[in-house]
Amino acid sequence: MSSQPVDHSLQDPPKLPFEPLIQRNAVITEQPWVRWLLTALALVFLAGFLLLPLVAVFVEALRNGVGTYLDAVRDPDAIAAIELTLTVAAIAVPLNTLFGICAAWAVTKHTFRGKQFLITLIDLPFSVSPVVSGLIYVLIFGAQGWLGPWMSEHDFKVIFAIPGIVLATVFVTFPFVARELIPLMQEQGTDDEQAALSLGATGWQTFMRVTLPNIKWGLLYGVLLCNARAMGEFGAVSVVSGHIRGMTNTMPLHVEILYNEYNFAAAFAVASLLAMLALVTLVLKSFLEWRLGSELAATRKH
Amino acid sequence: MQIQIRGIQKTFGSFQALTGVDLDIESGELIALLGPSGSGKTTLLRTIAGLEFADSGRILFGNEDTAGIPVRERRVGFVFQHYALFKHMTVFDNVAFGLQVRKASERPAKDAIRAKVLELLDLVQLSGLDKRYPSQLSGGQKQRVALARALAIEPRVLLLDEPFGALDAKVRKDLRRWLRGLHDKTGYTTIFVTHDQEEALELADRVVVMNRGRIEQVGSTDEVYERPATPFVFDFLGGVNVLPGIARGREIDVVGVSAPLPCGTCDHTGAVDIYVRPGDLRVADAAQPSFEAEILAVQRTGPIVRWDIRARALDQQLEVEIPHLHHDVKQHVPGQTVRLRLNQYSVFARGAKGDARPKALPDTVLIGRERERGRLG
Amino acid sequence: MTALTLPEARGRSPRRVIPGFGLTLGITIAYLSLIVLIPLAGVLLRSAGLGFDGFWHAVTSPRVLNALKLSFGAAFFAALFNAVFGLLVAWVFVRYPFPGKRVLDAAIDLPFALPTAVAGIALTALYSGNGWIGQFLEPLGIKVAFSPVGVVVALMFIGLPFVVRTVQPVLEEAEKELEEAAAVLGATRLQTVVRVILPTILPSLLTGFTLAFARGVGEYGSVIFIAGNLPMVSEIAPLLIIIKLEEFDYAGATAVATAMLVISFVMLLAINLLQAWARKK
Repeated sequence: MSSQPVDHSLQDPPKLPFEPLIQRNAVITEQPWVRWLLTALALVFLAGFLLLPLVAVFVEALRNGVGTYLDAVRDPDAIAAIELTLTVAAIAVPLNTLFGICAAWAVTKHTFRGKQFLITLIDLPFSVSPVVSGLIYVLIFGAQGWLGPWMSEHDFKVIFAIPGIVLATVFVTFPFVARELIPLMQEQGTDDEQAALSLGATGWQTFMRVTLPNIKWGLLYGVLLCNARAMGEFGAVSVVSGHIRGMTNTMPLHVEILYNEYNFAAAFAVASLLAMLALVTLVLKSFLEWRLGSELAATRKH
Repeated sequence: MQIQIRGIQKTFGSFQALTGVDLDIESGELIALLGPSGSGKTTLLRTIAGLEFADSGRILFGNEDTAGIPVRERRVGFVFQHYALFKHMTVFDNVAFGLQVRKASERPAKDAIRAKVLELLDLVQLSGLDKRYPSQLSGGQKQRVALARALAIEPRVLLLDEPFGALDAKVRKDLRRWLRGLHDKTGYTTIFVTHDQEEALELADRVVVMNRGRIEQVGSTDEVYERPATPFVFDFLGGVNVLPGIARGREIDVVGVSAPLPCGTCDHTGAVDIYVRPGDLRVADAAQPSFEAEILAVQRTGPIVRWDIRARALDQQLEVEIPHLHHDVKQHVPGQTVRLRLNQYSVFARGAKGDARPKALPDTVLIGRERERGRLG
Repeated sequence: MTALTLPEARGRSPRRVIPGFGLTLGITIAYLSLIVLIPLAGVLLRSAGLGFDGFWHAVTSPRVLNALKLSFGAAFFAALFNAVFGLLVAWVFVRYPFPGKRVLDAAIDLPFALPTAVAGIALTALYSGNGWIGQFLEPLGIKVAFSPVGVVVALMFIGLPFVVRTVQPVLEEAEKELEEAAAVLGATRLQTVVRVILPTILPSLLTGFTLAFARGVGEYGSVIFIAGNLPMVSEIAPLLIIIKLEEFDYAGATAVATAMLVISFVMLLAINLLQAWARKK
């Protein structure tokens, strides 16, 4: 066996002067000073533009001390506003959640003509100014609206009353759940559902036991965003509310009233509650995005 | 362009991607880096290109050390596995890119660029598609655009990362032949990475078999297939049966048969592994030393018949491949007993297969291999 | 050929494997119609009731024109600004490591989560003449709050996440091989960025710009506090709608709303076309 090959794996590497290759690792990144400059610029911008306003809310709220802050928050009108905000959200969010699930089911699990158009229509409220969202209900239910005379006859109030606030809120938060679910369910396809049905599950069982577990984080994500907007909505609600203190005043409207009365500390105190809501929303959102990421990843592994 | 690779080491975190790789590539050669995923073949290719930086070691293009040359001055042609065509540019602009980004003083005139691009598109048989966008091309066409784009800068070496990996079987085969033809015509020094042994054996002048960050064997296609240097290469380039045996001086005992330790003067005592390809287990004549086996299953795939057999002496299941011509349908059915002999085999001192092998242990040294036909029989 | 007839592939009543189509689509369309479509159609109907002359008269009054101009102009500049800074922020977040990235990344959505009224009073507190930032700008002759500049600042705050969140995923998914390919072909880093990366993310940048613009045009809550709302100077169109409503000028309010709706529809169409174009590439 003259030509027996050498087992390379057992040889030591040939001795060469140690000379590491120059690590000019500029293949797909920028030079350090460019990176540093851009990062600094972005961070300064974010700090000044995003975080400073948030800090301002809390600083201004506590400017006159904790006592003033607590007084403003405990004021009966403030409490009424908080209650109204919670009530409105408690009606609007479940309604839109239900709708969102129905719409996503119809759109993603079936094919039909005009589907894309329907999706566009569902997104419509996003591209309508909140003020216009309020206006449309005034035109229908307001004193000079189409149903106005009939409604005053029957002593039924929508505008400048809670139903109007709910309607306006439902309108502006309309697409949130649907638009989170549609892409997610589209990506997940219908294989799982078909499998469940072929195993003899009913449609309802299929939804509850197969679809819902697959979309739960996406659903919660949509609900979270829907809720944040429902509680924070200002423009649309402002048009239909009538700003009656203790009656039709939501938290954001209460902030406005206090602010316009130059009661800045109180305005910022109530605003700080909303800001805390925003912070909680952001934290939950990050958590859900993380879970949603694994939900999507699980889908893609299929 | 002659390329010399010396002692390249590379780690990603705690993962040893390359451990002391040495390789010489002759000018105009077509070389395949073959190995399973994670064997370091792509890392080696990217290091040659300048897309990765080795922790130590040197790469020389001719006599020039590439250490100080950043990737964009290295003039290598690199064809990415998924082509990496610029989607927003036409085929023409993709191919012209490498020329257009040159400094004004080095950039050819517009007409010259145009002529060059059209010539290259002609070379890769894509004339007339210059105004298309990548999304309007088939996989094979994209591949050839990527190749034309790499050739446009007149590279010193052409590097291809899994060039046929994303194509379907038929296109792959055609493109393989075409690429061999193109290489013969243009003469660029070419290195390509593949995990497909058939592709490597068909296309390359020489094959570099890699595993776990090191080179297992370098050789012509015949060499690596016919005379694998390590158990890993044996295993990777086709099926293998591993039979346990005992070496006593210059003889081995395997499946109850005594056979010579197949090397001139070597001498070994202890446990050994005998590596036999399924095609080298042959049906024996009565006169030949042989072992008894029971046929468990017979399966025909194209021109080859595959048997699953159990060697009586071993109680081990083995695989046998025989040409269809030699297969007697009536005689060889499951349950039948046959007598088999070893045609060609290699003997390795006992150890794990290539993967789990600790580096410094000498116990997987190739002791010898039987090459002359019928010596055992 | 033969008498064999195949069933129509897309018949009138396609057989559906998954149940609940009629029910869910029915609920979807009913709810959509009741909440969104019919009320919106009401606005257009009202507006049509004005007649073209009436509509034109209402929309072309100087105060309305100024308000529309301000709403669209400020939204345009704010979106432009956000396209630049949003791209910068997205780039830095995707490409460079720095401490506190995860927290800051979550904070980018603050304008989505923070009620607009809160954003409005906070920005006013910062940018008014004696505010945190305003006190330094005032001596320089830069008046932010209670001027059109304030409107732009508020819309910048509101619109930033739109750009970042549309560009970021595209940058994240951008194939690193494209940049390597450019480098191998001899392109400098700047050439790679300008000729390879930017064209790849341009569709998403345009989409982000359009989204921020559309949102800015209709924005109300964050703007009214900082704008000062001087008629003809810093009065935005949505505010004018409210003012007209308070004056019981339903026709005028409807006309302004219709003008905004029409422009919004056009922009929605543009977004969809842009996205279709981006998908095609």
